[in-house]
Amino acid sequence: MAIDALLKNPLPLAVAALLLAGCGGGDTIPDPEPEDTMMGSDDTSSQGAGYDDVYGGGETVDYDPSADELSTTIFFDFDSYEVRAEDADLVNRHSIQILDTGASVRLEGHADERGSREYNIGLGERRAQAVRRMLMIQGVPASRISTVSFGEERPVAYGSDEASWAQNRRVEINYTN
Amino acid sequence: MTNRTLLMRATRRLALILAGLVASTVAVAELRVEITEWNIEPAPIAVVDFGWSGNSAAPPLDVSSVIAADLRRSGRFAPIDQSQMLSQPTRGADVDFDDWRILKVEAVVIGRVEQTGDNAYSVQFQLFDPFRGTQLVGYRMPASRGTIRRVAHRAADMIYEKLTGIKGVFATRVTYVTAEQQGDGRLFKLIVADQDGENEYTILESRDPIMSPAWSPDSRQVAYVSFEGSRSSIWVQSLRTGNRIRVSSEPGVNGAPSFSPDGKQLVITLGGADGNLDIYVMDVATKQKRRLTTHRAIDTEGTWSPDGRYIYFNSDRAGGPQVYRVPVSGGTPERITFEGSYNARPRLSPDGKKLAVVHNDRGNFRIAVYDLQRDNQMVVVSAGRQDESPSFAPNSDTLIYATRQARDGVLETVTADGLIRQRLESRGGDVREPVWSPFPRY
Repeated sequence: MAIDALLKNPLPLAVAALLLAGCGGGDTIPDPEPEDTMMGSDDTSSQGAGYDDVYGGGETVDYDPSADELSTTIFFDFDSYEVRAEDADLVNRHSIQILDTGASVRLEGHADERGSREYNIGLGERRAQAVRRMLMIQGVPASRISTVSFGEERPVAYGSDEASWAQNRRVEINYTN
Repeated sequence: MTNRTLLMRATRRLALILAGLVASTVAVAELRVEITEWNIEPAPIAVVDFGWSGNSAAPPLDVSSVIAADLRRSGRFAPIDQSQMLSQPTRGADVDFDDWRILKVEAVVIGRVEQTGDNAYSVQFQLFDPFRGTQLVGYRMPASRGTIRRVAHRAADMIYEKLTGIKGVFATRVTYVTAEQQGDGRLFKLIVADQDGENEYTILESRDPIMSPAWSPDSRQVAYVSFEGSRSSIWVQSLRTGNRIRVSSEPGVNGAPSFSPDGKQLVITLGGADGNLDIYVMDVATKQKRRLTTHRAIDTEGTWSPDGRYIYFNSDRAGGPQVYRVPVSGGTPERITFEGSYNARPRLSPDGKKLAVVHNDRGNFRIAVYDLQRDNQMVVVSAGRQDESPSFAPNSDTLIYATRQARDGVLETVTADGLIRQRLESRGGDVREPVWSPFPRY
């Protein structure tokens, strides 16, 4: 579950990449080829079958959220349940994705370790509900959203410092089908 | 009131040690006493090795060692070494009070274990005041190999109460949750153990979090929150059979169970699909629920007052978490705590006189005790940075709570006045959410 959570949370991976980049003993790692990023971020509609083929009875494409570029983790400020302005677009893109694919999501709210555990369950739930309301405003039906708060019980970072706490104050968007 | 006079005499002799830190390790159990920090000096006492007569070379349990360890763990007494003793009587007639006056011990415990059948024993102890030359209490109890440890704790309870006027809690148990790394996740365990860490056993294991254990008043059941299936649900489990029933699995938050004094009801927190956490009272047998709060704030961590009339709970309706109470029959919540910005997880002492909370003490989360009989005066009784989950011992004198040692949670006990604080070292892992059992029923 911890590795799973790490994969969903791009920040540690980015840090790891930076560390790896710093281990090169002076050699500069060249910027990735533009083609690489194109392949990673391109969506399936531009590969293979064109619209004509699809309308002519093509094939179904399974939705695989793990292959998608959208971050599934939304971070929160200390003692806050507001989705940050810069994350509003991310939540909106998820709402489009949910509506486009017919997916359901489970929103997992989390809190940092400070304070009492059951109250932190409340804080995690509040964060999950903030994301839920944004999805519903964008037209996602309530029946396709469930929430669960793990409070401080499932941290992704184990330190007792602001950097770790910041990573743990989060909502993970979990696609369930 | 011999006990009172003895305590007062002892107290007069106690030097006040400011921030005294004494390291002592008594390896008697998993949850052994690791560090004792006290502001009063423990009184020296003598617990003489008990005599033994039976078919085997040694009794099934070193009863006097268990009694001595109990009294030492209370923080109020310091049993002296056997090697210091001038005599080691096992019968009252053999006690020479001068031998003990020279050593300046406040009390002397002697006793013997006799085998009376194949699996039957008799445990006898006597407690003496060497200065007055009198016996304070003497008692004999039957025991088997299965019950002799419990009998030793009962003897320690009787000695402790005679010397301090406070009921002993050595025959009680503690339940707590542990988490340890296993593979790519964590393994959570709900554990029940004697209060000295002996007889530790796991009553539930899960890859998903386990939270908020709560004893039933008869100590036969534990209620808890489990996240099995990645959603929260509330369970009540029998300790004797291991059977369990799921009492709540509503959409959203199911949390913070706590039994009513008669054991028939639970106060719980439900969030519903819209995530508005409120306090509910549930009949355990019928699972019928009644909503007690409706505020859109977080209302959670409900707990019954010992007289059964009120539910105390945590609400952030005023901004930060503070303790409120509402009549069980319903009504307008009344705010109880006003000290500082954060008072969460209320727990009342069984005598109803004190309220323990998690309190934000200048940026540190610590355990604080409010004196409900003295204008709600507050004392911070712990000294960590992430202290949580206070729970009163059934004698209302001592609390157990979780603190941090490096990354892991460990347990500490502290007297409600904050004077004697002790760390209980566990075998490892992250230990949290200790809850002290009620008194056993004999």
